Amino acid sequence: MSEKILVIGELQQGVLRKVSYETIAAAKQLNANAEILALVLGDGDLQHPAEEMIHYGADRVITVSHANLSNYTSEGYGQVIMEVMHDENPSGIIMGHTSVGKDVTPKIASRLELGLISDAVAIEKEDDQVIFTRPIYSGKAFEKKVMKDEGLLFATIRPNNISALEPDASRTGDIIAREVDVKDLRTIVKEVIRKKTEGVDLSEAKIVIAGGRGVKSAEGFNALYELADLLGGAVGASRGACDADYCDYSLQIGQTGKVVTPDLYIAVGISGAIQHMAGMSNSKVIVAINSDEEANIFKMADYGIVGDLFEVLPLFIEELKLQGALVS
Amino acid sequence: MNIYVLLKKTFDTEEAISVSGNQIDESGAEFIINPYDEYAVEEAIQQRDKHGGTVTVVTIGDEDSEKQLRTALAMGADEAVLINTSDDLDEGDQFTTAKILETFFEGKEVDLILAGNVAIDEASGQVGPRLAERLNMPFITTIVKLDIEDGTAEIEKDLEGDLEKIDVSLPVLVTCQQGLNEPRYTSLPGIMKAKKKPLEQLELDDLDLDEDDVEAKTATISIFLPPKKQAGRILVGETGEQVKELVSLLSSEAKVI
Repeated sequence: MSEKILVIGELQQGVLRKVSYETIAAAKQLNANAEILALVLGDGDLQHPAEEMIHYGADRVITVSHANLSNYTSEGYGQVIMEVMHDENPSGIIMGHTSVGKDVTPKIASRLELGLISDAVAIEKEDDQVIFTRPIYSGKAFEKKVMKDEGLLFATIRPNNISALEPDASRTGDIIAREVDVKDLRTIVKEVIRKKTEGVDLSEAKIVIAGGRGVKSAEGFNALYELADLLGGAVGASRGACDADYCDYSLQIGQTGKVVTPDLYIAVGISGAIQHMAGMSNSKVIVAINSDEEANIFKMADYGIVGDLFEVLPLFIEELKLQGALVS
Repeated sequence: MNIYVLLKKTFDTEEAISVSGNQIDESGAEFIINPYDEYAVEEAIQQRDKHGGTVTVVTIGDEDSEKQLRTALAMGADEAVLINTSDDLDEGDQFTTAKILETFFEGKEVDLILAGNVAIDEASGQVGPRLAERLNMPFITTIVKLDIEDGTAEIEKDLEGDLEKIDVSLPVLVTCQQGLNEPRYTSLPGIMKAKKKPLEQLELDDLDLDEDDVEAKTATISIFLPPKKQAGRILVGETGEQVKELVSLLSSEAKVI
């Protein structure tokens, strides 16, 4: 029997997260000839996300629907993933390095006494050895890691770093609905309060508009949201802006907070403290808008505008509208 | 309540990182309590003050780790344990750490274990969940609120910006997220008191472990710095002109919009 690699399709309010498709591309980098087996968990009809996983390159999909999977719990997801692992005996498992991935993979690795490489941003092969690259010290450095034994290759991948394959709507594959009795949960999710604004997820965004103390108020962030909407991006913030209550800590980018690697990072009124830079320095293109020409952020920026952000942002928005710039 | 905190020392966030001979150069670097672990220490103290009991701070490290433990004691923790592996282990991974901690906790009465949700150096976030699983304890990561009432923990968990309300019975392991609390500064009397608080030192031998028991499952084969970014271009001219140029550069040169 040929080798297979298990990837987990992660649903967020019924929709697959982008990183799910990236896990398929990553799995192919582990072994181009392996069967890619995708597992989609949730509560309800999972046919559509299963088909999508196939369009993006999965060969076969197992769906597990259960009332106890409507909200993620490490115990519920852990039971299902371990049961599928037991039956399918994959040679590798790839999951997104998301809230869910970070939570459930160490549980499984610990139960089965496995190594686990978290937050990989690149995968390469050298003489059949798979090498994972991952950031350390919030991206101030990187390390290359390998599994010491020949056993299971188990990793989570950071969203937005390993490109998904081009989807092919004509691809077909088996979709098997599987019954798993998800039970004995000790954690009970009572309620999920959606605080996040509609739109693009910060950790997965291709474009991030981040504001700092220079934005001066919560209202000041409105222009950043408008710009983000226009560009199909997400809004982030420096610690200074979060500490000053201009926005929620969940938007914080930096050594504490999120580390993001978008294609375009626009820093608005951010001075560029080393802790902040750690969270965004590996973005592909960085734009800085700051009134202080000495600001540290300009050392990191590909393009800089020295000026008053309250003057620059409206002009920026107007110009984009004029150009009809549309980004998916 | 028997409350334990898992603590790690990390590079000060102000430190620039340099690499020499495939290793992070630690010479002259300042070390601090991992910032997320500070939330864990603070929360442990607050929970003890509410419910009674003791707070024990545990770290795996070397003799220098005593400094961070003393800081935690000065904040208000009652006892500290330093599992010193510097003589026994060259390299470990998250399996190693969790295995050592599992052995440490064997036979101990535990109500609550707190840890940071991630260490800012290695940043895997694996050790908390791994340990909980070995101890057959439920765990909740990235918590921003903790209320304990009659053996049940009511928790609010940060879910990448959304908030999840969770009930779980004790014992439980939680990992702390920014926003949970405001860690206190140490006071001079606190620092004086901390000097007299018990700090137990253990080695693998004391836990009946040898190197093979805790051998890492993964290995680091190289460490490197990201390519240095070249200084970019500061645009000039009227603000309106600069903005026009920026939009054009982003679409035609950088091709990101």
